[in-house]
Amino acid sequence: MTAQTPTAPAPTSRPELDVLSGSRVLRNQIVTVAVYASFALAMIPLIWIMWSVVSSGWHLLADAGWWTHSQRNITTDKVGGGAYHAVFGTLVQALVCAVIAVPLGVFTAVYLVEYGRGRLARLVSFMVDILTGIPSIVAALFIYALWVTTFGLQRVAIAVSLSLVLLMVPVVVRSTEEMLKLVPNELREASYALGVPKWKTIASIVLPTAIGGIITGIMLGLARVMGETAPLLILGPYAAGINTDLFNGPMAALPTLIRDNFGQPDAAAVERMWASALTLILIVLLLNVTGRFVARFSGVRK
Amino acid sequence: MATITGHSELDSRPSGDMGKTGRLGDRIFSGLATGSGVVVVAIIAAVAVFLVAQAIPALTKNDANFFTDRIWDVDTTPLKFGIPDLLWVTVISSIFAMVIAVPIAIGVALFLVEYAPKRLAQPFSYLVDLLAAVPSIVYGLWGFAILQPWVKPFEDWLGSVLGWLPLFDTAAGVSGTIFVASVVLAIMILPIVTAISREVFAQTPVFHKEGALALGATRWEMIRTAILPFGAPGVISAAMLGLGRALGETIAVSLILSTVPTFSFSLFSGGETFASKIANNAAEFDTPTKAGAFIAAGLVLFVLTFVVNAIARVVIERRKAFSE
Repeated sequence: MTAQTPTAPAPTSRPELDVLSGSRVLRNQIVTVAVYASFALAMIPLIWIMWSVVSSGWHLLADAGWWTHSQRNITTDKVGGGAYHAVFGTLVQALVCAVIAVPLGVFTAVYLVEYGRGRLARLVSFMVDILTGIPSIVAALFIYALWVTTFGLQRVAIAVSLSLVLLMVPVVVRSTEEMLKLVPNELREASYALGVPKWKTIASIVLPTAIGGIITGIMLGLARVMGETAPLLILGPYAAGINTDLFNGPMAALPTLIRDNFGQPDAAAVERMWASALTLILIVLLLNVTGRFVARFSGVRK
Repeated sequence: MATITGHSELDSRPSGDMGKTGRLGDRIFSGLATGSGVVVVAIIAAVAVFLVAQAIPALTKNDANFFTDRIWDVDTTPLKFGIPDLLWVTVISSIFAMVIAVPIAIGVALFLVEYAPKRLAQPFSYLVDLLAAVPSIVYGLWGFAILQPWVKPFEDWLGSVLGWLPLFDTAAGVSGTIFVASVVLAIMILPIVTAISREVFAQTPVFHKEGALALGATRWEMIRTAILPFGAPGVISAAMLGLGRALGETIAVSLILSTVPTFSFSLFSGGETFASKIANNAAEFDTPTKAGAFIAAGLVLFVLTFVVNAIARVVIERRKAFSE
């Protein structure tokens, strides 16, 4: 902000205008303190949560077995085993979700920015907002109603991925849309002037220019869906062993591994719970930070 | 982060479609784009249709009044289930979370826009956004295992001072109270409310701010006369979006809240929200009718969040008309 707080008295002959009255100065200072305090207050839970999770979970992660073994044949009172099965499940379910959600999201954004006019475009934009706000448990219930009750299929990993699609699409649409809007119109016009058809202009000029922001949106979307628990509770029962089949049998994921060890009295289970939480946070934060890093260094240059 | 800034490309672009050629490639590509848009609309419609279609059979077999009877028994025939308790816990925990989060979020947003050193404003807002990156189940663990004992003395104090109000009655004596859940929900919605407030505050025209300062206003008076009136609709909309998020939060609430046998209006009692009720019973969806009862609860939650989000959207849309 270019404006400065006028602390220096204005050059004037009338002394009553020279100085700010005490109550005004006081009020200004109270607000300044309150504003700094609210930022400090917002940082407390962040640091506190990170500290709790890291301090109670890191020893298990330091053990190589954590990343290569599952929990098969390990009861809650026993130490040992790893989170390989859950890390695998979380990553695979999120990737399958992305395979569906990314094209759908990117094309919807292309529609909104490049094609959409009038009533349908407003409706789509409104629905993306509604989708942004849809609770994950409602998305999961919808897929349950469709997949289990209507089609009579089992609760399997692919159903989890489908419900995650509903949660990932709006993130991808919004970030792609923001980026496409930043692409200068001159680029499109130059391309049209050379006789390039619209679809080729979008596919080879507009989208590549905006690719950094699109990747950021995808990574933030992945980070969001990997941390979701509600769809797993409804559609993805936990399994202690490794399952690589998306269409058969229960597949573990990190949130359900945490849930499975939650509320157990055994020290081994408590430690495993925190270690899984730390693993999940690490994956999600890694995606988040990489996404922002990509955004920073490959934004649309004006 | 979803952004609702009130500025839409749809308003400023020329209406003519300059690059359209009618060639096959163009028709396929625009068909794909429009089709994706339609799919998004269809998904929302399908969510509503499927939830309604599967809630109806359970509702017709319901022997209790869905909206007024305080009972949830889906293991016997006929089914008996009603939502007033769920509605109360869901709404009160979310509103209380909003009451805690919104003032702090406004403070943080003002800090990031007006007070923080320019070079640090961006890294600081990343830090606030990191709060949104923490998975909700981790909030649940932390709230249950770490935060709750810390909040307890404050609860006891508040109960001893305001205990005569039904809202602060400490008689239930449970550990996982609505109060703790609300504090955790407040932390969870803080980043989204902050992000949107920050965005609208940053859009305040420089003329307004410099005008206020030129008239001799202090920084706070400038904020009160220029930034807050300009940003108010954005903050309201941000608060509603935060409320929508809190209403639908599942696992954190489910891990924290203790279930209680007798209902109480108190914040210091336990209970179940729509989302936590569904999550706690997800393993027992064995018959379509039984699942239908929970789907009916989910439908109410869907309608609730839909309305709250639509209000947020309308508020920000109306702001657009005055912002230029």
